[in-house]
Amino acid sequence: MGKNDNELLNDIKSSEYKYGFTSDIDTDVIPRGLNEDVIRLISHKKNEPDFMLDFRLKAFRHWQTLTVPTWAYLNIPDIDFQSISYYAAPKAKKQLNSLDEVDPEIKATFDKLGIPLDEQKKLSNVAVDAVLDSTSVKTTFRATLAEKGIIFCSISEAIREHPDLIKQYLGSVVPHTDNFYAALNAAVFSDGSFVYIPKGVRCPMELSTYFRINSMNTGQFERTLIVADDDSYVSYLEGCTAPMRDENQLHAAIVEIVVHDNAEVKYSTVQNWYPGDKEGRGGIYNFVTKRALCKGVNSKISWTQVETGSAITWKYPSCILKGDNSVGEFYSVALTNNHQQADTGTKMIHLGRNTRSTIISKGISAGYSQNSYRGLVRVTRNADGARNYSQCDSLLLGDKCGAHTFPYSDINNPTAQVEHEATTSKISEDQIFYCNQRGISTEDAIGLIVNGYAKEVLNKLPMEFAIEAQRLLQISLEGSVG
Amino acid sequence: MLTIKNLHAAIDGKEILRGIDLEIKAGETHAIMGPNGSGKSTLSAVLAGNPLFTVTEGSATFNGKDLLAMSPEDRANEGLFLSFQYPVEIPGVSMTNFLRAAVNGKRKYRGEEPLSAGDFLKLMREKKKLVEIDSNLTNRAVNEGFSGGEKKKNEIFQMAMLEPTLRILDETDSGLDIDALRIVANGVTKLKNEQNATIVITHYQRLLDYIVPDFIHILYKGRIVMTGTKELALELEEKGYDWIKEKYQD
Repeated sequence: MGKNDNELLNDIKSSEYKYGFTSDIDTDVIPRGLNEDVIRLISHKKNEPDFMLDFRLKAFRHWQTLTVPTWAYLNIPDIDFQSISYYAAPKAKKQLNSLDEVDPEIKATFDKLGIPLDEQKKLSNVAVDAVLDSTSVKTTFRATLAEKGIIFCSISEAIREHPDLIKQYLGSVVPHTDNFYAALNAAVFSDGSFVYIPKGVRCPMELSTYFRINSMNTGQFERTLIVADDDSYVSYLEGCTAPMRDENQLHAAIVEIVVHDNAEVKYSTVQNWYPGDKEGRGGIYNFVTKRALCKGVNSKISWTQVETGSAITWKYPSCILKGDNSVGEFYSVALTNNHQQADTGTKMIHLGRNTRSTIISKGISAGYSQNSYRGLVRVTRNADGARNYSQCDSLLLGDKCGAHTFPYSDINNPTAQVEHEATTSKISEDQIFYCNQRGISTEDAIGLIVNGYAKEVLNKLPMEFAIEAQRLLQISLEGSVG
Repeated sequence: MLTIKNLHAAIDGKEILRGIDLEIKAGETHAIMGPNGSGKSTLSAVLAGNPLFTVTEGSATFNGKDLLAMSPEDRANEGLFLSFQYPVEIPGVSMTNFLRAAVNGKRKYRGEEPLSAGDFLKLMREKKKLVEIDSNLTNRAVNEGFSGGEKKKNEIFQMAMLEPTLRILDETDSGLDIDALRIVANGVTKLKNEQNATIVITHYQRLLDYIVPDFIHILYKGRIVMTGTKELALELEEKGYDWIKEKYQD
């Protein structure tokens, strides 16, 4: 009653995707289409050694034999893989040697995103590897990390400078034969981050990659590889945004993590790719394969994700618990609004003895969106004493959206203990009115309720990320009730 | 403070309030009584701005402002408080966060700075003491798993925190044992002053022993059919509502 229509409209408009700017950066884009010549060109542009070209070609040849997977609860329009450009790099006017040489436009773009690219901003204690379209622009804090023997650089650089590590680990957790998009990524990946934490080293700061898709009609195919050697620890953050476009853009990334004896990796994602407009036009297709191998004894991997963006999300960060006593965790908040679709979850594969896994999944659906949890818990024959606890909750706003749960379990050892809990709830008009009556606006009330619902997961994020994620959840739901 | 004129309201096309006139001044306590289904709770819901109800005619002026034109949250921030008959559970949201949003929301509305965490917690401690609420309740999620009595006490605690000028108690006595009733009623009385006014909706004389009204209005079929002083409640207690129903058949 109180607000007139214009105000309401303004409210809603102002809550729309705020990262939807494009930057006018001179970009080197190769023609659309995909064939062996394109792959050779990508490899050549990146000055890769021969083994990488072979790696890519093998993947490409395999990809040609595959068809698009259709098992997810998603309505994916046909994608013409020949109409995408597979490489876009900001044109470097010259070799970048020092910090001051980064293109001011690129710097301005990252400033708008709020990424501390300048090393002066050391206070934030986050080392950032910024990936704009396909190329890693700059890695901050390199020197500080190098003192401890930590390698944190773009994957392209790692391929050139640390070929032995790349040969040993790249594709070892997600082989190119894994799935359609993994094969595509292996063939055309353009950049991404590489992290190596040596034996016994605790990484002194959070490592962060910030992805952004800028050019039109380019897909972003990053490849991230993290190796934590014995007794090491690292916490890694990944943030994603993209400008607003009418057309859909494809994003097919791979993240591989290898965790050795007694090592621990925390991988946190706040994914805020452009979700498309209110009618479902445009937006990112986010088809990602993320997997960690707990290779060593007592190793631990923890995935935490807050997913609010993308038109379509297809993503299952998984844990292979191979080392005895290894631990896998998956904490997820997936929020969909308007016409977004998400099919996301995890796989916990228990191979070693006394391996433990925890799955906490919180889905939030609003508008006309569809939100599915899909998860697999597999305990193999030799995994004595394996334990899993899964909790999958769904929260609905309005009555036009859908929440779905597809839990699979495959238990082949009688000593396994597997628990699964699931709830579905709705934000009721009574709850909103109760908050209103205490002077809390509807938007704030939804923010309170949603953040309360998701706090188990938000608490797992590093502090500065948790605050951003909280705000993001609230912003993403503005205008979705009432 | 509050002037209601010829107020009509409906739910799902069915008219429940059929011309209410009521004048409430600062410092006064008004009780609204009446048989089931006469529109008592509807009146409180309409004043608070519950979107389930539609006002079809009439006006309500609150401190000189058009109450019916305001959003529910603005009405609250202007000083209107409704103690719900059935307080809603909000899982996952702690009482502390909930009240902090409410208190700071109100301060923002008035152009004041938000309270610091320390000052806010201090305020919570003071008010808890005042309304004799169990400390543990505020560590839990809003109303989640609260007993009927705890929910009602929690309403009064929220009232203490927000210091409203117009307090509407919708059957706050229902489902309370004698001890809880005393605590709740004492809370309301302690918080009474010359600047605020109270509307007590109840079926029973019992509550009015604690919260003594200046006026009693009898609501029947969506209209105030009789207004009297506290003796009227005693008469009702004795004679029931039948004589009123007979007298005001339409």
